[in-house]
Amino acid sequence: MALLEVKDLKVRVEEREILHGLTLTVNEGEVHAIMGPNGSGKSTLSHVIAGKPGYEVTDGQILFKGEDLLEMAPEERAAKGVFLAFQYPVEIPGVATMNFLRTALNAQRKARGESEYSTPDFLKKVREVSKSLNIPQDMLKRGVNVGFSGGEKKRNEVLQMALFEPSLCILDEMDSGLDIDALRIAADGVNALRSPKRAMVVITHYQRLLNYIVPDFVHVMSKGRVVKSGGKELALELEESGYTQFEDAA
Amino acid sequence: MNVAVAKTGSGRAVSDLFASAEGRLPGSPAVIAARREAFETYERLGLPHRRIEEWKYTDLRALVGEVLPLAASPDAAALKRAAETVKAHAIEGARKLVLVDGVFAADLSDVKALASEASLKTLRETLEKEAGLLKTASTDAVISLNAAMATDGVVLSIADGAQFSAPVQIIHVATAASASAFTRSQVRIGKGVRATIVESFVAAGAKAYQVNDAVVLSVGDNADVAHIRLLDDSPDAVNVTSQFVTVGANTKLNFFNMTTGAAVSRLQGFITLAGEGSDLSINGVNLLKKTEHGDTTLVVDHAVPSCVSREIFRAVIDDRAHSVFQGRIIVRPDAQKTDGKMMTRALLLSDEAEADNKPELEIFADDVSCGHGATAGALDDSLLFYLKARGLPEKQAQALLIQAFVGEAIEQIADDGLREHVIGIAERWLEQRQ
Repeated sequence: MALLEVKDLKVRVEEREILHGLTLTVNEGEVHAIMGPNGSGKSTLSHVIAGKPGYEVTDGQILFKGEDLLEMAPEERAAKGVFLAFQYPVEIPGVATMNFLRTALNAQRKARGESEYSTPDFLKKVREVSKSLNIPQDMLKRGVNVGFSGGEKKRNEVLQMALFEPSLCILDEMDSGLDIDALRIAADGVNALRSPKRAMVVITHYQRLLNYIVPDFVHVMSKGRVVKSGGKELALELEESGYTQFEDAA
Repeated sequence: MNVAVAKTGSGRAVSDLFASAEGRLPGSPAVIAARREAFETYERLGLPHRRIEEWKYTDLRALVGEVLPLAASPDAAALKRAAETVKAHAIEGARKLVLVDGVFAADLSDVKALASEASLKTLRETLEKEAGLLKTASTDAVISLNAAMATDGVVLSIADGAQFSAPVQIIHVATAASASAFTRSQVRIGKGVRATIVESFVAAGAKAYQVNDAVVLSVGDNADVAHIRLLDDSPDAVNVTSQFVTVGANTKLNFFNMTTGAAVSRLQGFITLAGEGSDLSINGVNLLKKTEHGDTTLVVDHAVPSCVSREIFRAVIDDRAHSVFQGRIIVRPDAQKTDGKMMTRALLLSDEAEADNKPELEIFADDVSCGHGATAGALDDSLLFYLKARGLPEKQAQALLIQAFVGEAIEQIADDGLREHVIGIAERWLEQRQ
């Protein structure tokens, strides 16, 4: 069974159809890149998979491990193993990062019928993970993403990914707002999380990110559909010739 | 104008309230005469209503209707129930002073421990000698009613230079249903004192009771005082409290109020900065649900130059609840170099929740820095979605954001133990929503 099956998905936002029948299959262990120009529906796809309100699915389905994802609340999807790394992670003043991480992790474990982490066990786990990602402890004491640089915010997303151990990670424009050094650090974190049990969907406008996170498959989106799929060489081809050729195809 | 509301909704005559209680009210003949006069004032005015400017948003006539008869003095069974409740709400290490249904309960209080640190009397004792305690700087119908009916209270005097390591906690416990408790306390804090005064309002199983409390607090020069009030009454209770506070020079006074109970509550505080160079911090949190109505009305009077006042108020309003914040800052002509600011924010958790914010600045000096701000809004959807996408169910995500919202006011409590105690009460309120 595929990990994620998106079948002929049609999505509207405020009466306007954004996805016009999108199909995508992702198996365990695979890394898929979704590329496309602005407005092609890349972020819409990631939001619909994560369960963000404001999107109306008019046709098609999304199966995750064979279950109907669209029937689940966002928190259920998270507990089942869907993780969206936000393009713009929000700042939450007054909620300490550490408290947020523990509350989220334990909420997911509780939903799965697993025992909740005790405070010492949790602290130990966070320390391990943050050390491997080079995240300073004082960052964890601050409010969630408050005053974080773009790079720190993305690293915080990767930290959560490492902590929650999802089976599907969707990285929405992870490279936006990052310089090369920050991008490399974040990408290294992501690469360390690649495993035969975990799939990733990397959404990006630029080929640059794919130099650091090398995909198994590349899909080109245009006007709400996947118009071409191929191997990693497709990304390079796009870098050369641009998206214009696909706009006509769509 | 309605000169006298002779009868209340239940058919009870208003005058019966006093007549039936008079025999039990403590005081010398002069005190009783002063009480009768105060009651006549109340009778003439009746309960405050919306056409009285200060009570515009809290129409007690509509919200409360009538004042319930005086509660009976607590019997042994009531005191036993109260003792259990006190145990549950006592702050660790605090010197407790307990009032049960408006009567001081010496056996539940730490009278001995306090005797070495402060002078303690009851209002009952004090009124046998003099009527002065029944007079306050300003008055209205509910304050007059309190003067007429107050059965007891603590009269505490802390000598100059005293350094209290443990808080003094005045605990008001209600055990009598459908009855009123009237209390009046005086706390005099000397020069250079360091102390924490906590007031808690709780119920020992009682329902639909009414509390009318008055507190007269004076703080001497060079003192450092925290004053924390926790209103955690039964959800069908009424609590109207009037506080009169005078602050000396170069003193730090940090006041915090949190309302998590009562169907109808009003805290009206009249604070006068009477000595130069003092620093007043007033912070409040209202956590309201169902049809609860919570009103915080503060008048901060900068009577002298060079004082700082800060007010941070946060209201969280669910269901059809209604929160009121009225904050007036008065700067007298001589009070140059005054720095007075207030910020009030309301978080509306439902479409039917209501917040009324009324900031007022009355500035008569020309070299001052004063300001106020008010906001009202719902929880931020993008923050909620982020938390849900991380596995938090809706209510838990809301709870985390609500805690953050009220956190700014709660953080102003300096003492770690007390702050945790207050956070604990807020958390319990949030858990009840889930």
